[in-house]
Amino acid sequence: MPMSAALLVLAILALAALGHWSGARFARRARAAGQRLPALPVYYGWYVALWTGLPSLLLLVLWAATQDWLVRQILLAQLPPTLAALPADRLALELTHIRNIAYGLAPAQGASPEVLAAVGEYLRLRGLARMAGWGLALSAAVGGLAFAAAQLSPRLRARHAVERLVLLVLLLCSVVAILTTVGIVLSLITESLRFFARVPAGEFFFGLTWSPQTAIRAEQVGASGAFGAVPLFAGTLLIGVVAMLTCVPLGLMAAVWMSEYAPARVRDIAKPALEILAGIPSVVYGFFAMLIVAPVVRDIGTALGLEVAAQSALAAGLVMGVMIIPNVSSLSDDVIRAVPMSLREGSLSLGATQAETITRVVLPAALPGIVAAVILAFSRALGETMIVVMAAGLAANITINPLDAVTTVTVHIAMLLVGDQEFDSAKTLSAFALGLVLFFATLTLNLIALHLARRYRERYD
Amino acid sequence: MTDAAALTPPAARPAGVPLSPHLSPRIAARRRGRHRAEMRFRLYGLAALSLCALALIVLLASLVWSGLSAFWQTHLRLEVEISTRHVDPTRPQAGDYGGMLRAALEARFPEVTSRADRRRLHALLSSGAEEDLRRMVTADPSLIGTRQRLWLLAGTDVDMAVKTGLSRVAQQIKEGAGVRLSERQLEWLERLSREGDLALRWNSRFFTAGDSRDPERVGVLGGLVGSLLTLLVCLALALPVGVAAAVYLEEFAPRNRFTALIEVNIANLAAVPSIVFGLLGLAVFLNAFGMPRSAPLVGGAVLALLSLPIIIIAARAALRAVPPSVREAALSLGASRMQVVTHHVLPLAMPGILTGTILALANALGETAPLLMIGMVAFIVDIPRDILSPATVLPVQIYMWASGAERGFVEKTAAGIMVLLAFMLSMNAAAILMRRRVERRW
Repeated sequence: MPMSAALLVLAILALAALGHWSGARFARRARAAGQRLPALPVYYGWYVALWTGLPSLLLLVLWAATQDWLVRQILLAQLPPTLAALPADRLALELTHIRNIAYGLAPAQGASPEVLAAVGEYLRLRGLARMAGWGLALSAAVGGLAFAAAQLSPRLRARHAVERLVLLVLLLCSVVAILTTVGIVLSLITESLRFFARVPAGEFFFGLTWSPQTAIRAEQVGASGAFGAVPLFAGTLLIGVVAMLTCVPLGLMAAVWMSEYAPARVRDIAKPALEILAGIPSVVYGFFAMLIVAPVVRDIGTALGLEVAAQSALAAGLVMGVMIIPNVSSLSDDVIRAVPMSLREGSLSLGATQAETITRVVLPAALPGIVAAVILAFSRALGETMIVVMAAGLAANITINPLDAVTTVTVHIAMLLVGDQEFDSAKTLSAFALGLVLFFATLTLNLIALHLARRYRERYD
Repeated sequence: MTDAAALTPPAARPAGVPLSPHLSPRIAARRRGRHRAEMRFRLYGLAALSLCALALIVLLASLVWSGLSAFWQTHLRLEVEISTRHVDPTRPQAGDYGGMLRAALEARFPEVTSRADRRRLHALLSSGAEEDLRRMVTADPSLIGTRQRLWLLAGTDVDMAVKTGLSRVAQQIKEGAGVRLSERQLEWLERLSREGDLALRWNSRFFTAGDSRDPERVGVLGGLVGSLLTLLVCLALALPVGVAAAVYLEEFAPRNRFTALIEVNIANLAAVPSIVFGLLGLAVFLNAFGMPRSAPLVGGAVLALLSLPIIIIAARAALRAVPPSVREAALSLGASRMQVVTHHVLPLAMPGILTGTILALANALGETAPLLMIGMVAFIVDIPRDILSPATVLPVQIYMWASGAERGFVEKTAAGIMVLLAFMLSMNAAAILMRRRVERRW
């Protein structure tokens, strides 16, 4: 399948190349015939090539995105009554099963004859849909070629036309960023609304127990678990606070030392070395937390006579703090260095020591930028997943004792969605509600940080 | 900016020496205190930096410490009779190689007779040994009918015992600690070891195999290929779109609300938690578009969305670094704005854009959470062949090994991390080299 799709794309590109060649040849001949053209021949070539390739490739992408939905709708309409009579959520599960068999992800043995027939039907429909899509794309390419070739004339202002098309493509590409945000918001909101149709929002936002049902059995439909997300919010905040208590003093002091005291050569080594901390993948930190830090924290706690959980919030928070030190230090370093020298010189000339200058003049002047850095780091801590998945566990406790085990929003999003899911259960949908909360929490923090950073930049520009 | 380090305060005076005849003793004492505070402040800074460095060193050292041993694997040397009793020369693929190995073990330890002991004896070898032997004989059927002295892969319990040290394991068994070997098995191992038939040998399997349920048989190749395919998809999607978006925003976009909206979006997307992109991939690519689970195509698409804002920001910085004089010169010669960009600005900015792209890809290489959401966490033994076959990626592989129950997985996890970090390091080094090469000052 990927081979043949690649062939199709190659065919479209070949058609576009043909278009380029014929367009350029037209222009060269017209020139040779003594006509004055408003653009270079190569633009006539590009004009035809773009009209050949662009619409058909766009169509191909759109078709690839929608064909499965179409196939599913047609399949649903044709299902035998024994399957079609199932309730909606069972039906969705059955459809996933059919698709898994068709893709070879699930064994076909043991499936009922109706299901097997549906698998066959699905494969047939998918083959049809693919052929239709390819026919569509190829005919769009040929049509575009014909259209552009018909437009060719010595009076065609080919460069303008090509530049307008290219500009349109550039604009479309920058709209992808908006589309991504819209996609995130829409998918989170629609799935969350389906969740809130099953579980009241009040319970989710204010309920104190979190235990989504764990066993999925096909017969057992609907939610029987408790979906009060407060313990998750509390755990996320606790780990986030531990992380901030680790990274803010360390990162800030490191930034101050690097920007105000360090000799240039030390700084040139220390700054990239600190950045390494941010470059290490979080799964590595998670393993480190699990293997080294959690046992050490536990041993120290036990030696001090304290009760420490095996997966304490302290261990996860400490490691997370280390990971986000560069977020704080790097940004703070930049804003501290951006404080005008005249402020320092004024303070020093009044007889203040350098430390006094830093704490009373430089840091207050850089405060908005530093606060922005800290807020961004906190937002990163809230959204960090792998460290907490590996080191914090699943125990949903409400506590402010960092030696207890807590869990976070991200852990549960990850755990609820790993593996095969029944896509309509409250359990699965709750992950999207959690994701929605996480997205808006980090969005708010990011916007505040961006706003602060911009105000700060304006102040000294 | 002037150098901040040039502004160091005057050196502290020895205590007791008056600072100046005009200063009262009270002021002088206060001044000494202030200078001590200065020293303390400086020390805090240095201490903070040293703590960060220490954390980094401990992290890397502990990984190397616990992962280095995974590159060597325990093997037993046995004399194996590849007899026609166990394998049919016409169909070497279907031979009973397990039986062959069991016979070889029993020939080596003829005194073992009871059923339970024989089972313990057989447990010394890994199922991978059988696999290796099958491959060897299938490749060279002329071996059938001969006797070969072969190094065979040992099971994970044997491997762990050898790596801990056999004498220490014996001690642990006496103390009743939870050891997965029996006293008899340890005796056999000690005998093999005395006779030079028990050795740690280079674990080439780690670089040529995919995942496995047995820690002694796992390899990183599956994850490595999966990561590579995923990154290729990510690159193919994110680079053109990112460069196009950056060119539009930097060179063509009018200053209006719509552009401002795009810019805020990009800045915010760069800080959205990666797991949210995983949710997007699950809801849109898998459920709405019906793309296959666990495929590098989907993983690459999710990572492309994730690294797009980073690439756009880097590309815009590179475009901005091209001096306006270049644009003005081209415009004054009659080039259109599009020609200025495609003929002059973009080629000049390309090295910077590529550097930023490599760094963004190195970042994407380490992403784990969003790929868990789209099913790249499945147990997959085969090496993926194309962007639609089920695959896993290196960081997810590491995560799966880290949650493995067997003790043998700990060193494999750390070793996998070493491979991942080496991969990332080489990408970063490539980016730095490229920047050095092409860095130009205008």
